[in-house]
Amino acid sequence: MSDALRVGVFVCHCGTNIGGIVNVPQVVEYASTLPCVACAQGNLYTCSEDGLSTIANKIKELRLNRVVVASCTPRTHETLFRKNCERAGLNKYLFEFVNLREHCSWVHMDKPDQATLKAMDLVRMGVAKVSLLQGREDLSTAVLQIALVLGGGISGLSAALVLGNQGYRVELVEKKEELGGLLRFVNRVFPTHQPASELVDPLIDSVLRHPNIRVHLGAELTQMKGFVGNFEATIKENGESRELNAGTIIVAVGAQAHKPKDVFGYGRFENVMTQLDFEGRCGGYDTFDRVVMISCVGARNEERSYCGRFCCIVGLKNAILVKEANPRAHVTILHRDVMAVGKLYEEYYRRALEMGITFVRFDKLRPPKVKGSGRRAEKVQVVDALMGREIELAADLVLLTTPLVPGEDNMALSRMMKIPLGMDGFFLEAHQKLRPVEFPADGIFVAGCARYPAEISESIAQALAAAAKAAVPMARGEVVSDAFVAEVDPALCSACGRCLSVCPFGAVDWSEVGAPGHGKKSVAEVNPAECKGCGLCASSCLSGAIRLPGFTDEQILAMIGTQG
Amino acid sequence: MNQKAVLVLGGGIAGIQAAIDLANMGTKVYLVERKPSIGGRMAQLDKTFPTNDCAMCILAPKMIECANHENITLLTYSELAELQGESGRFQAKVIRKARFVDEDKCVGCGECAEKCPTKVTDDFNAGLGQRKAIYKYFPQAVPSTYVIDPDHCRLFQGKKCGVCEKICKAKALDYGQKDREIILDVGAVIMATGFDLYDVSPLSEYGWGKSKNVLTAMQFERMICASGPTMGHLKRPSDGKEPKNLAFIQCVGSRDVRHKKYCSAVCCMHATKEAILAHEHYPELSSSIFYMDMRAVGKGFQDYIQRAKTEYAVEYIRARPGRITENEENLNPIIHYEDTNTRELKTREFDMVILAQALTPSETNASVAEKVGVSLDDFGFVSPSQDPLNPFATTRKGVFACGFCQSPMDVPDSVVRASAAASKAAETLASR
Ligand SMILES: Cc1cc2nc3c(=O)[nH]c(=O)nc-3n(C[C@H](O)[C@H](O)[C@H](O)COP(=O)(O)OP(=O)(O)OC[C@H]3O[C@@H](n4cnc5c(N)ncnc54)[C@H](O)[C@@H]3O)c2cc1C
Ligand SMILES: Cc1cc2nc3c(=O)[nH]c(=O)nc-3n(C[C@H](O)[C@H](O)[C@H](O)COP(=O)(O)OP(=O)(O)OC[C@H]3O[C@@H](n4cnc5c(N)ncnc54)[C@H](O)[C@@H]3O)c2cc1C
Ligand code: SF4
Repeated sequence: MSDALRVGVFVCHCGTNIGGIVNVPQVVEYASTLPCVACAQGNLYTCSEDGLSTIANKIKELRLNRVVVASCTPRTHETLFRKNCERAGLNKYLFEFVNLREHCSWVHMDKPDQATLKAMDLVRMGVAKVSLLQGREDLSTAVLQIALVLGGGISGLSAALVLGNQGYRVELVEKKEELGGLLRFVNRVFPTHQPASELVDPLIDSVLRHPNIRVHLGAELTQMKGFVGNFEATIKENGESRELNAGTIIVAVGAQAHKPKDVFGYGRFENVMTQLDFEGRCGGYDTFDRVVMISCVGARNEERSYCGRFCCIVGLKNAILVKEANPRAHVTILHRDVMAVGKLYEEYYRRALEMGITFVRFDKLRPPKVKGSGRRAEKVQVVDALMGREIELAADLVLLTTPLVPGEDNMALSRMMKIPLGMDGFFLEAHQKLRPVEFPADGIFVAGCARYPAEISESIAQALAAAAKAAVPMARGEVVSDAFVAEVDPALCSACGRCLSVCPFGAVDWSEVGAPGHGKKSVAEVNPAECKGCGLCASSCLSGAIRLPGFTDEQILAMIGTQG
Repeated sequence: MNQKAVLVLGGGIAGIQAAIDLANMGTKVYLVERKPSIGGRMAQLDKTFPTNDCAMCILAPKMIECANHENITLLTYSELAELQGESGRFQAKVIRKARFVDEDKCVGCGECAEKCPTKVTDDFNAGLGQRKAIYKYFPQAVPSTYVIDPDHCRLFQGKKCGVCEKICKAKALDYGQKDREIILDVGAVIMATGFDLYDVSPLSEYGWGKSKNVLTAMQFERMICASGPTMGHLKRPSDGKEPKNLAFIQCVGSRDVRHKKYCSAVCCMHATKEAILAHEHYPELSSSIFYMDMRAVGKGFQDYIQRAKTEYAVEYIRARPGRITENEENLNPIIHYEDTNTRELKTREFDMVILAQALTPSETNASVAEKVGVSLDDFGFVSPSQDPLNPFATTRKGVFACGFCQSPMDVPDSVVRASAAASKAAETLASR
């Protein structure tokens, strides 16, 4: 570049997040003394409209050709600042982000003077690096307007239908021979008590009849290749292998109801069953006079710390149904907290109370005991936490309220598709608050009980949300990805394969290249559409064959080299 | 032909997310927000459970994305006046209220507010601080345009002033500005009008408004927030001293037949979060949470409660306090409650008490619902349609709802439902 370097440095106060600790004016003054810096200034909030237009104006006014923003984290703000450079006519890759908040002010809250010195160091390093950056162009990949939906429960069905209605083609893959998922075994649904089949059957019907949706029953995923825009899935359908192409994928493989082992007489007494076992009997609500339910069986304990989210409501539902069918029945719910969250369920809970259903709280450390003789449970003993003494309840039916647990294929799918599982075994979303149905890898989304226990309306919500996310790249017909992606120099590659195994996004694969002298050799190749520029491959490469443009050795050495 | 645009009412996290998703699909979106800035309640929060990211840090990029998106037109400080037509072909009349500041000229420098002589209780800071009669809604407001509050501005109250006009270098002041009416053609509407805070002063047993050291949770959020009125320092309103122990009282007005019968869904978690944040600020500080049921049902919530107990000195007391009195000497609130384990009546003194006030539908929900032509449930939330497979539809075809205006819910749920409503709106536009 013949043009002389003119760097603009913008240091953010982030309200008091940075400015309360780091002496921003001092950092600004220091920055203005650094080589090639044409302007340096502070902003209260660089990400405000104000801050952004200041930068844009300076770029135009002083013809800045490099920009450094020293503020918070690129995780949330890099796109914004890059776009802002673009808006002002500067290639967005000529921008460098210095993190003064997470890397400095927050961690050195108690040492403001030293924090200021460190901030000056970080800014100097940023300026050294930005000077070595080159402008680049974004990469674009075409997107097939086909969605692959895994799982035909209420989540998968809802996602398939809304996408089909928007004109996208859908391949719906269900492992079982029938659609409907867990709800096929649920009798009536809370809080309306309508039969589950009334809800699911019409949905299944619409899906089966939809011209844009192709349903694969008894089918399982065996291999997944490709990336957003062009996934290549291999499924085994009725024993035969088949290839399916798709632009996006929605994982809606659901969950399974926990079956307890050797607790509360489950398996020993025939009249001790789970809520799901009970629902499977389809009715017979009026055949019991003394029903005791035990909540949190297999949940909120050492083995499984989470709360099943809606199992309390399933308990309430079956209690109310029994009581409605047989008003003389004594129904008691033994619980640790009644999780009747929100608008509808508090009312449902009150309805249960008003009907005369009894609620007894027990302490986790003093769980109830189920007693009986032969194959029959006869009574339940429990220490009532409110009264502080043990009570005994006669029982002709004991229902164990258990949470949903992760699906049996989660681990295999996680490996096959390179999508993460959380500690609890459910699929782990990209960001719990703002990206609840997305994965780190582009083009793959999650919905329903595959992510975490979710009742029907929540499962549908997530399914439609995942569908909205999947529709975005399909509507655009292309995805544009960051140009800071790893590059392999085939001449240096020794084909050791380390990069293939470390890449979390599966972006590295073998490719054949002509080798000087003797025919062909295999070398690693990075697919720019899948690469997220994390740099794991570059740092693991023993041959120095992989380079990451935004983090070249030259740039890093320049940053370190400026250290006094 | 159907209109290929969508009207979103309410610019909280739900409205913002729905707008972005639709815009990313190539749909034109009009985002109408009543307040001078988008952001909603999330902009008032300090950090957010269950991962404790700073609310503003994750919200600001979304707000800016909205503002900069080529397919989104932001209409802040605006309200819907009328909605005519039918699904696929609606005509919306929107009133853009006069800001008395020209949005195109104002650079948001803030010199006007600095010089403005009139101080007004700051609603954004839940009444804890003061703003001026010309103000920016909050520091990261989008748009960053200032606005004059005519109910307090000296000039509009018939007194002599005009300081802001003199000081403004951008010549952005326009005292003669009038409300403007615009007409929008849209194919679908999404309601995301969110929530308001229940007034807890009628619950006189808890002493809010009388006892200085009794705050609401929203006031506490503002106090512990670095950009709030005390710059993130906890200060007892009575004497400015740093509290050593806090009590949180749950279900204040919620789950209460005399007030709001429903559970507000987020307060068990936000109280836990606030106690954690307080301990992070002051490692010597401890908190006690008085609750009925600890409703922590979301992903990762149980682990969050466990961490609060083991790492952040948070004690959970299952009790519904009967009343709060005040120690006359040090103005400490004293909580009277029954210990549910021993059945004894007890009293305990704290430096500060925080009430988890009930959360209600937006105060304007009834009037918006009437204009939009959808019905509300007994509590004033938007009723869902009869179709259980479409929990986002309302009683009017082509109008969808998401977020807190449907039912109490946290940010993750609001975001999911916003994207879902966007899907349904896109489906409406796609069908002819
Ligand atoms: C006892 C009980 C009672 C309930 N009662 C109610 C109620 O009253 N109201 C309510 O709202 N909710 C209720 N629920 C919850 C309800 O069942 C769930 O909300 C719903 O089933 C979630 O749907 P899903 O599609 O996410 O998962 P699922 O229903 O689990 O469906 C997942 C589907 O994916 C398939 N699959 C699994 N692995 C693969 C694979 N590798 N490849 C392809 N397909 C695969 C499965 O075969 C299944 O068909 C109840 C749950 C239980 C256990
Ligand atoms: C003290 C407290 C702490 C909380 N902490 C957390 C937390 O840590 N984590 C978490 O996940 N959740 C938390 N929440 C809940 C969170 O605030 C809500 O889930 C979220 O704000 C809901 O978003 P929303 O967009 O639906 O509603 P809002 O945020 O209320 O947004 C609605 C928007 O619509 C606008 N509006 C209203 N009426 C109209 C109209 N007629 N026309 C145009 N615009 C209108 C409003 O001005 C507002 O901007 C907390 C809540 C409280 C009270
Ligand atoms: S979330 Fe907790 S505090 Fe809030 S109303 Fe429900 S039970 Fe009460």
